[in-house]
Amino acid sequence: MKYEPVIGLEVHIQLLTESKIFCSCSTKFGAEQNTHVCPICLGLPGVLPVLNEKVVEYAIKLALATNSRINKRSIFARKNYFYPDLPKGYQISQFEEPFCEFGRISIKVDGEKSREISLTRIHLEEDAGKSVHAESFVSKDETLVDVNRCGTPLLEIVSEPDFRTPKEAAAYLTRLRQIVRYLGVCDGNMEEGSMRCDANISVRPQGQEKLGVKTELKNMNSISSVEKALDFEIERQISVLSEGGSISQETLLWDANRNVAEPMRSKEYSDDYRYFPEPDLVPVEVNEDWIDRVSQSMPELPLAKKQRFVQEFALPEYDAQVLSEDRAIADYFETAAQKVADKKAVSNMVMGEVLRVIKEQQLHVKDLKITPEYLSEIINMIDEGAISRNIAKKVFNRVAETGTAPRVIVQQEGLLQISDTSALEATLDQVLQENPNEVQAFLNGKEKVIGFLMGQVMRATSGKANPRSVNALLRKKLADLKS
Amino acid sequence: MDLVELDFFTTREKLATREINCKELFETYLQRIDKGAHLNAFISVFPENGRKRADEIDRKLASGKAGKLAGMILGVKDLISVRDELTTCGSKILSNFVSPYDATVIRKLNAEDVIIIGKMNMDEFAMGSSNENSFFGAVKNPLDVDRVPGGSSGGSAAAVAGNLCMTALGSDTGGSIRQPASFCGVVGLKPTYGRISRFGLVAYASSLDQIGPVTKSVADTALLLEVMSGGDKLDSTSAHVAVQKFTAALGQDVKGLKIGLPKEYFSEGLDRQVADAVSLSADILKSAGAEIIEVSLPHTEYAIATYYILATAEASSNLARYDGARYGYRVPDVVDLEDMYVRSRTEGFGAEVQRRIMLGTYVLSAGYYEAYYRKAQKVRTLIKHDFERAFQTVDCLLTPTAPTTAFKIGEKIDDPLTMYLSDVYTVSVNLAGLPGISVPFAQDGAGLPIGVQLIGKAFDEETIIRVADFLERNADSNS
Repeated sequence: MKYEPVIGLEVHIQLLTESKIFCSCSTKFGAEQNTHVCPICLGLPGVLPVLNEKVVEYAIKLALATNSRINKRSIFARKNYFYPDLPKGYQISQFEEPFCEFGRISIKVDGEKSREISLTRIHLEEDAGKSVHAESFVSKDETLVDVNRCGTPLLEIVSEPDFRTPKEAAAYLTRLRQIVRYLGVCDGNMEEGSMRCDANISVRPQGQEKLGVKTELKNMNSISSVEKALDFEIERQISVLSEGGSISQETLLWDANRNVAEPMRSKEYSDDYRYFPEPDLVPVEVNEDWIDRVSQSMPELPLAKKQRFVQEFALPEYDAQVLSEDRAIADYFETAAQKVADKKAVSNMVMGEVLRVIKEQQLHVKDLKITPEYLSEIINMIDEGAISRNIAKKVFNRVAETGTAPRVIVQQEGLLQISDTSALEATLDQVLQENPNEVQAFLNGKEKVIGFLMGQVMRATSGKANPRSVNALLRKKLADLKS
Repeated sequence: MDLVELDFFTTREKLATREINCKELFETYLQRIDKGAHLNAFISVFPENGRKRADEIDRKLASGKAGKLAGMILGVKDLISVRDELTTCGSKILSNFVSPYDATVIRKLNAEDVIIIGKMNMDEFAMGSSNENSFFGAVKNPLDVDRVPGGSSGGSAAAVAGNLCMTALGSDTGGSIRQPASFCGVVGLKPTYGRISRFGLVAYASSLDQIGPVTKSVADTALLLEVMSGGDKLDSTSAHVAVQKFTAALGQDVKGLKIGLPKEYFSEGLDRQVADAVSLSADILKSAGAEIIEVSLPHTEYAIATYYILATAEASSNLARYDGARYGYRVPDVVDLEDMYVRSRTEGFGAEVQRRIMLGTYVLSAGYYEAYYRKAQKVRTLIKHDFERAFQTVDCLLTPTAPTTAFKIGEKIDDPLTMYLSDVYTVSVNLAGLPGISVPFAQDGAGLPIGVQLIGKAFDEETIIRVADFLERNADSNS
């Protein structure tokens, strides 16, 4: 029997606000344990939460970017459970009446048509702290708690069970990560946990309407882990069912070292979070004005940018796609392209050279020594005939290493292209003299040797000769010899 | 007359003219606390800090720079945070908890130069109507030490009535200020929900809790309310509405006021003498020119049940943080996480608190939420509507505060349902978020005080203070 997987994803993103969702403590990552805390995020007796409006603003951004319907009024709820890193004994989240609903995200898997994934809801909540067990400073029978992360704002993005393959799930996560990074609301770092994904997965016989029993997968620390874990679990479920077994509803943890998903220590009872409306907070009210204001501050989103690059700069689809993937790269490209006529030349340099340097040196765009202004200078120098394309690469590398302006490097290292025929004439004559056989071959009709002769001239001038000038002069001289 | 018999309103004249000073006053109260130790009204007393404050405020008074409440010797119910002092909530589980911050009300009161003399005993986590549910032992009624002072702000009411402090703060979730005020013969006000910031008030039931004053006079209540009221950035549920000058409502007449008597409040279970006291107060108001109108609050009979579902639901969640993990009581020799939770909470909480946590957990559980919590929310709305309808015809309501006068210690402790009925006339006010004040008006045959309650429209404490002040002035001659 052929089985069809049905997958839904729940993604948590940590928001890049300066302060926490219900108090003014810093959200900065990596601080010393239990230093970014106050009575409020410690949940001391008598404290009350107050909503950070920036969190709502970020939620509006993501809602707009995913075409979600923003509820004019949404309410917070308490999700009750005991755990030492949850200081209040409940997490403030949203349950009934979430922030927004019915969003859509468009995905594309290689070789397939793009399709839309529906979002059930996006809601606001607070993060819990961290329990620390297996560290050198923790004794064997102890657990320490770091409360710094408590109250870090989160958005939970819940998709419909719309995915049919792990590849689609990965494409969705890639797209979602791109969107949140574009919006600047989350850094999308799955390794560090600022973006986390849980997956619900079941399989059913092809053609069957009714859903199978689902399991929940957790602990995937990268998009590729999500894909692998789903592959693993689909295979496991199909083999269980094929052998006449049944799937039990449970939570599995992905072990990325061993590439297996294993059941969490099972509890005999199911969790009952006893959700109820949070009485310490008033409803979140979002009016049209607020949405308009945020909407005006929205950056251009990846798909729109890609289309604009195609239209405005006449770039091929592929170029526009690559350049728009990362907002910082796209901005770099646009700045560089501003003062250059040949946009495709800029695109080539960014895709070829700039991305190479970023990858080799593991740099962030903002740390590049070769600024977009320098890049346009180099391209313009090629255009003016001041340097050749080959020399341009050399100049590029020197600028990328040193951060010195391209014109200064060209000057200092004497890389200016020789286009002046009178300056080239002597070298040319010498090359013709030293290679009589090749000259003869040309005269006999073997046009190809002209390439060899040009190479000789370029070598003699250390590559500085303008190839176009050399070519023209060489043809003229050889023609003279013919007649 | 003994100095400690006076309210702050009167004492402040003597302080202003330097007839007495804060230091003497404070020392006098410390002596009274010693003498009244058998009442068990205090959990902690601050002689050192209090003396320093008294000196400081005496200097301010001398230089004419003192605040509005300079020299007020205030006791604070032990579930309101005072920085660097214990905040036990009357519970073993917080018996070692020192709060690192001031509640908003404490900040405001300190700015007006009150002197905090100590923290008062109370029913554990404000759950109780007799002050017998405290880890620190029962509080006794100063008027008859075999009787309860009421609860949960029993320590506050007993201390004010017994002259162990001049004024006190209480908290009222279902009657916890008004009922003990009635039992001890003092004034107690529960303000409109949102009138006073709850920041720093340890939560029992967040949607019902309010801080309020317990005082010897309506005037002191008006003064304290003026200082404590107002919106607070630290409490999203606090109301940013104008704060009236409540003291301006003092000394007024009641001519032309329409005062409602809700007929459902005069039914079975109401002590004859209490009923007579309310009737008498109505007669006096009538003869002073007020119009007395019978009104109906038809959903009154559901108030207690509604209250015990909603309050315990919120409590079960509010009290989850006391788990032994980060602060407060943790049992020794913990085996594992669950063991720590179960034993710390079993040993740390008293019987009534455990009963309410279990009730609340039950009504929020999957499968019961709709039948209990959701249904109770709907009834709460109906109760609110009852009051809104009544207030279309009257300016305020006059009712008994409690069905009886102070009962004997031990009399109801084993019968929670009877105990819960002590709050039958007060809980609706919390459910509707309205202001209510209890003012001592008469005494029963045994000489125990009887308070009457005035209930106002939301954010109209002015009217009930006006009527309470009038009844206070006209009470003595009738008791």
